[in-house]
Amino acid sequence: MQFMLLFSRQGKLRLQKWYVPLSDKEKKKITRELVQTVLARKPKMCSFLEWRDLKIVYKRYASLYFCCAIEDQDNELITLEIIHRYVELLDKYFGSVCELDIIFNFEKAYFILDEFLLGGEAQETSKKNVLKAIEQADLLQENLDFQIRLFPGVLGPNVSAESSGLFQS
Amino acid sequence: MPAVSKGDGMRGLAVFISDIRNCKSKEAEIKRINKELANIRSKFKGDKALDGYSKKKYVCKLLFIFLLGHDIDFGHMEAVNLLSSNKYTEKQIGYLFISVLVNSNSELIRLINNAIKNDLSSRNPTFMCLALHCIANVGSREMAEAFAGEIPRILVAGDTMDSVKQSAALCLLRLYRTSPDLVLMGEWTSRVVHLLNDQHMGVVTAAISLITCLSQKNPEEFKTCVSLAVSRLSRIVSSASTDLQDYTYYFVPAPWLSCKLLRLLQCYPPPEDGAVKGRLVECLETILNKAQEPPKSKKVQHSNAKNAILFEAIALIIHYDSEPNLLVRACNQLGQFLQHRETNLRYLALESMCTLASSEFSHEAVKTHIETVINALKTERDVSVRQRAADLLYAMCDRSNAKQIVAEMLSYLETADYSIREEMVLKVAILAEKYAVDYSWYVDTILNLIRIAGDYVSEEVWYRVIQIVINRDDVQGYAAKTVFEALQAPACHENMVKVGGYILGEFGNLIAGDPRSSPLVQFNLLHSKFHLCSVPTRALLLSAYIKFINLFPETKPTIQEVLRCDSQIRNSDVELQQRAVEYLKLSSIASTDVLATVLEEMPPFPERESSILAKLKKKKGPGAVSGNELEEGKREGGELNGAGERPGDSSAIGASNASTPSPSADLLGLRSAAPVSAAPPSAGSLLVDVFSEAGPAAPAAGANDDGFLRDLEPPTESSDSLLAEGPGDSDSAPPSVVSEDPAPPLPESDELLNKFVCKNNGVLFENQLLQIGVKSEYRQNLGRMYLFYGNKTSVQFVNFTTTVSCPGELQSQLNVQLKPVDPLVEGGAQVQQVINIECLTVFSDAPLLNIKFRYGGALQNLTLKLPVAINKFFQPTEMSSHDFFQRWKQLSQPQQEAQKIFKANHAMDTEVLKAKLLGLGTALLEKVDPNPDNFVCAGVIQTKAQQVGCLLRLEPNAQAQPGEQMYRLTLRSSKDTVAKRLCELLAEQF
Repeated sequence: MQFMLLFSRQGKLRLQKWYVPLSDKEKKKITRELVQTVLARKPKMCSFLEWRDLKIVYKRYASLYFCCAIEDQDNELITLEIIHRYVELLDKYFGSVCELDIIFNFEKAYFILDEFLLGGEAQETSKKNVLKAIEQADLLQENLDFQIRLFPGVLGPNVSAESSGLFQS
Repeated sequence: MPAVSKGDGMRGLAVFISDIRNCKSKEAEIKRINKELANIRSKFKGDKALDGYSKKKYVCKLLFIFLLGHDIDFGHMEAVNLLSSNKYTEKQIGYLFISVLVNSNSELIRLINNAIKNDLSSRNPTFMCLALHCIANVGSREMAEAFAGEIPRILVAGDTMDSVKQSAALCLLRLYRTSPDLVLMGEWTSRVVHLLNDQHMGVVTAAISLITCLSQKNPEEFKTCVSLAVSRLSRIVSSASTDLQDYTYYFVPAPWLSCKLLRLLQCYPPPEDGAVKGRLVECLETILNKAQEPPKSKKVQHSNAKNAILFEAIALIIHYDSEPNLLVRACNQLGQFLQHRETNLRYLALESMCTLASSEFSHEAVKTHIETVINALKTERDVSVRQRAADLLYAMCDRSNAKQIVAEMLSYLETADYSIREEMVLKVAILAEKYAVDYSWYVDTILNLIRIAGDYVSEEVWYRVIQIVINRDDVQGYAAKTVFEALQAPACHENMVKVGGYILGEFGNLIAGDPRSSPLVQFNLLHSKFHLCSVPTRALLLSAYIKFINLFPETKPTIQEVLRCDSQIRNSDVELQQRAVEYLKLSSIASTDVLATVLEEMPPFPERESSILAKLKKKKGPGAVSGNELEEGKREGGELNGAGERPGDSSAIGASNASTPSPSADLLGLRSAAPVSAAPPSAGSLLVDVFSEAGPAAPAAGANDDGFLRDLEPPTESSDSLLAEGPGDSDSAPPSVVSEDPAPPLPESDELLNKFVCKNNGVLFENQLLQIGVKSEYRQNLGRMYLFYGNKTSVQFVNFTTTVSCPGELQSQLNVQLKPVDPLVEGGAQVQQVINIECLTVFSDAPLLNIKFRYGGALQNLTLKLPVAINKFFQPTEMSSHDFFQRWKQLSQPQQEAQKIFKANHAMDTEVLKAKLLGLGTALLEKVDPNPDNFVCAGVIQTKAQQVGCLLRLEPNAQAQPGEQMYRLTLRSSKDTVAKRLCELLAEQF
């Protein structure tokens, strides 16, 4: 996998992970182009498309699009399930995850992804093992801070969409 | 669980994120961010030492700001400080910041690497994993230099925790991709391969990605992985869905690992060991069987995981291409998917069938689905699926169904999405040509193509139809008639006017007998389009008009009047004006004989492979058009234009073979530098010039005196004396460090080399990304070569380095020096490199040119042979018949002579043969051989150590039937290796 992008229906980038070295300028260009392309597609269309010399695999969960760029010989269907497993991991960790969780705890989203995928390849596909690694890390925390609760309505516009569970649609 | 941020909530961060989200405008957001940046900056600069928590919080805010798309130019130091915190979350945020915002500041890199080193040796698995993740995320060369030696040790150590092994494997993979030269597996190889047997499925899952990548590069060293992979796969495939516990995904056992195993096996040919192969075939059969079983779950995840394995298995079956039974079963399975309700499956089935269509075992089975595929082309709602259907129709097309498929594609074109029209047009054009049995069908198809999708018909397509019509006299009358009819449409596409102008200008006489298409009617029809056309088309029409004057003298007054009118002869476009003036003058002063000679019918075009194929390949990206297909295109294209079918004028076609067809050569041969103009000067290739926009003409095409053909050399090719500066004075070091493992020479590099035996300039190499042009000049034993590297993409190439090596004894025979080349090649740009060559003594092999660069993330590494052969150092020697035969006799010892008898690859044309022999560098001696059909040449090879005299005799049996024509080539030289080498080189040329 060359990169993974998470973006909202409004086209806001929520997470970006690049597994190939690219300049910031190039990354921004790719993101802009792809977000536009994927958002323009209709709901029933197929989840794969050719883009430059890569294959794009994407899937929408509630308000969020998960979008991966893979190479010619990579497997599209298993990539779709990579996305799904990642959503499952987020869901399990946050407890019915919604877009807001990923906005406010973006660093956690990155940590979970690193446990699951490394260098663009599946590192650990067992849900239990990935979560165990993250929970262990959480146990190491100093635990002095507030736990943040996210209340829809106080945190900004569009909250209703962003707070809907990714698995609900 | 409630929506709670677990772990270490940072209240300040959450408040800041909320603030940003509440901003009503972009300006407000920027204002808020600037305020925060100022705040953080003052905190970092403040006198008060920040505690770890605050530092973490601010670094995290900076990260958030960066991820919003703003630039961050500070905070790196604070992030590096966090790395050495003993609090896990602080360390973690520090690593995250570094991973996302790595900066090539060398001082920082040193500090970062130190922190990583500490964590790697901490023996705390969580810290080790964090450090490994950071290396894998950054993957820079500096990190590879620091850690590529250490990580394999961690990976295979007996006491390493499983989770650390997993991270180490993929970390190493990332470093290998970035800096393959720094990752040396050597002694670890076998222990890494044996990770496939690890008890922990996660370790296998991670390690196999590394092994696959290493196997692709070093298949021999890793080949023991095949049997291990087969037995692992077999265990998974035969396990019950609950056996693998958490590695079972929606009732599918270990789908990711299964896919990776099947992918690894695709790096190798079928296993040789019968037992292993049997076990593998069993696995593949089981996977195919499972596809027929009722699903264990209705969830799409279940079917996706199951089918992911199935498609990967089919990919392996296609890769092996040796099990007819499995291939046909795969095809049937895909056939079922073609009608599946899941769009994704239909898409993948169409895609996968495309590759099946090229296997001889399954081609027929694929063809049975033609109706379904045509239906998909018509009814699929998603353009990307329709695109796949079009690809498949193209792949399954053969002689038996070509008419149906071409007709369907043509009718689809009328409503096709704009995004795929151009590609569809190319495909139709290729199929029509490849499978044309009667050429009237071909002409109809292409004219229809122009009618339906004229805007998408690229130059290559209409050049091609003209080329074929010119070369096939049985279709010329039909083409003239059809194009005449097509031009009568009130609105016809400019491309139609171009084809019409050209064809009527050449063959209008074939339909002039019919009063409905009398010369004047033809002329008026063409001229009625004139004013609506662009300058290049008008220029072409003017050439057609002068051809008319020759074909039909009765049109002369009318046409002269047109040429004479102010809008022509005083046209503000200098090209049009010049043509009008020159043609008018030509028609007024030249006698009919002269006119007839100058404006003679175009000679047949060179027999060459369709450039449309190359264009399609370029459009589609790698893998879309298989090499196979190109090969086939070449073969079939040859048939269409084949010299063999036209014994009557084979000489003219043969003349064109002077330029060896290259896949990238443009249609009319103007782009690649041919040693001699295809047409003899008298053939009046006035019309060739209309194509001159297509590219620079061959420098040697100067045989044609037409004013339009002058000065077409590409601007990059400086005509300054190439040897003004001797090769010895290059004071600069070679442009790059000799890297450890240049790729082996491309398989086609010998063939590429052969192109340059008799010529010095042209395109040496071309692929999707890169084009390499070469121009060279030799004097005495010195040579200078200019290489032009053109970046064909829109993305820059970085770390562009080239090296030349002289393997083996060549090192002492040839002195090759490279001038440095710019390491950065911008998209679309061309850089030039000078190579100085000194021939020390006679040599046989060619030096190797290795080119490395990064495109996107991927390292490109290719090796070609530099087109330097011993004949480049020839000095021609003129001598009398007497002298020639005297010397010939003197060189009569067996080892001084080399002889080869071989079949003619190209038609025997005296002018072409002469041009090639001159291109070889020798003097062509006229009236020396008593048989006027034979050619004899003489020359002296200049090396620093010695001079080697060579004599050559080439005897064609020109009277034989085409197909049975042979040559006998004899070389004699004072040094035996030279005669042999020259004989090898030359035998490929005729």
